Amino acid sequence: MRTTVPVVIAFISGMIMVVGFFFNPERSFLGRVEEEVLQWVTIVGGFTLLLGVVSIVRVNSKVVKQKKAGWIFNLATLISVFAMAIPSMLPVTKTSNLGSVIYSIFPESWGSLFGTGTGSIYDWLFNYLDAPMMATMFAMLAFYIASAAYRAFRARNAEATLLLVTAVLVMLWRIPMGEAFLRLFSDNIPGYINSYIMNGVNVAVQRGIIIGAALGAASMSLRIMLGIERTYMGKG
Amino acid sequence: MLTLSLPFHEVTSQMPAPLFRLERLPLLIFFLLFATVIILYIRWAKKGESLFIRKIAGLEAIEEAVGRATEMGKPVLFVPGIQELDDMQTIAAVSILGRVARITAQYETQIIVPVNYPLVLAASQEVIEQAYKEAGHDDSVNRDAVRYVAGEQMALAAAINGIITRERPAANILMGAFFAESLLIAETGYAAGSIQIAGTAEPEQLPFFIASCDYTLMGEELYAASSYLSREPVLLGGLKGLDFMKIFLVFLIIIGTVLMTIGAGDWLRSLLMAE
Repeated sequence: MRTTVPVVIAFISGMIMVVGFFFNPERSFLGRVEEEVLQWVTIVGGFTLLLGVVSIVRVNSKVVKQKKAGWIFNLATLISVFAMAIPSMLPVTKTSNLGSVIYSIFPESWGSLFGTGTGSIYDWLFNYLDAPMMATMFAMLAFYIASAAYRAFRARNAEATLLLVTAVLVMLWRIPMGEAFLRLFSDNIPGYINSYIMNGVNVAVQRGIIIGAALGAASMSLRIMLGIERTYMGKG
Repeated sequence: MLTLSLPFHEVTSQMPAPLFRLERLPLLIFFLLFATVIILYIRWAKKGESLFIRKIAGLEAIEEAVGRATEMGKPVLFVPGIQELDDMQTIAAVSILGRVARITAQYETQIIVPVNYPLVLAASQEVIEQAYKEAGHDDSVNRDAVRYVAGEQMALAAAINGIITRERPAANILMGAFFAESLLIAETGYAAGSIQIAGTAEPEQLPFFIASCDYTLMGEELYAASSYLSREPVLLGGLKGLDFMKIFLVFLIIIGTVLMTIGAGDWLRSLLMAE
């Protein structure tokens, strides 16, 4: 039963999506059902958010309680979760849901701090803490690229040397000063790099991978729909 | 006859849309052909015919990586990408997680699975529980092995880097859809000295994984992984069907290239074009 029901659901859902793809949404229910099912996914996803909150609270509070190494970071995570979530859910005015209860405790002028609007606690935390931290993480990528490139581009053998030469040419071509340098030898070099390396070899390899991946995804979808592949349930 | 007095484009715009999307007919034909080939190969495999599947080094190394983690007494980190459960790469990653969890259950090694979507959390927990049960170790399942750590891409990367730095997993298995965070995670794993096996169908992220990881599964290998690891003839039959379709497509590409080069391929292009 625990295996049959999910397999039947997977088959019916898969077939609805496949058949619906070939029908016009304006003329038939089958055409509209694809959008309908995707909305269900979003709704189910919304409900499961609570699972995420429960997981994050359980795992982090356990570490804080046991005072394991780095517990202070787990405490910061817990505080952050509630600091972002609670003020954003509080009513903005007295007339909102639960507004009369909240504003019998807090002065009504505090309304602008709640919700997710401009000037709210959520907005302040997002703009001045969350966004800069995300940007910092993203900016660190430049240093990681440098260290990875250093290892990848070492001329250990003929293939690695070819990779190194190609990478140097592409990097030179991508920056104005490098392009000017390449033009000292011939005005055609940037065009050749674009035509033969980027739009030639690079695109050909990428398309090969994309075609293989698309076929692989389609094959796996078929295996799941037909109930042959059950490993996504931990079975088989 | 009101319509006759209107210009042609207005007449056509007032006509009801056709029930069947004829422009997608080539895709339907391709889908039916694909499904037939896969089913035929699976039936062939069921009859007990021997099937040759090339070795995939990255998948062969999974057991070795878990074994290394067991010897060192350190955990295995498994990241099922950063996409929602409706992405095929995530489904493929969750399938591989089942196989990896079965090995960690046998070796009694800790596994850590950080995720950024609650649906992936629920599915991964279910898969791990089932894998431990099937391995006969259902009493040693740790429900906190799968952790929801963040909903944002870079917050997830920071959390995973924190886990790698603090818990020093001996093996990092990164499977699924990865984007800008791929290198942030893989380089941290490299610095921590973990054995790293990655797999994704995102072509832009493959060079990063190749540079930082010990083994990389490219594109279709990710989708083939669960069948490959199961060694079940029926699932391997599906992989052979996939190989057949690839040969068919390569054949079509060669014919198309020749026809387009001699200026006689427009009919083939319009036949294969689908909206």
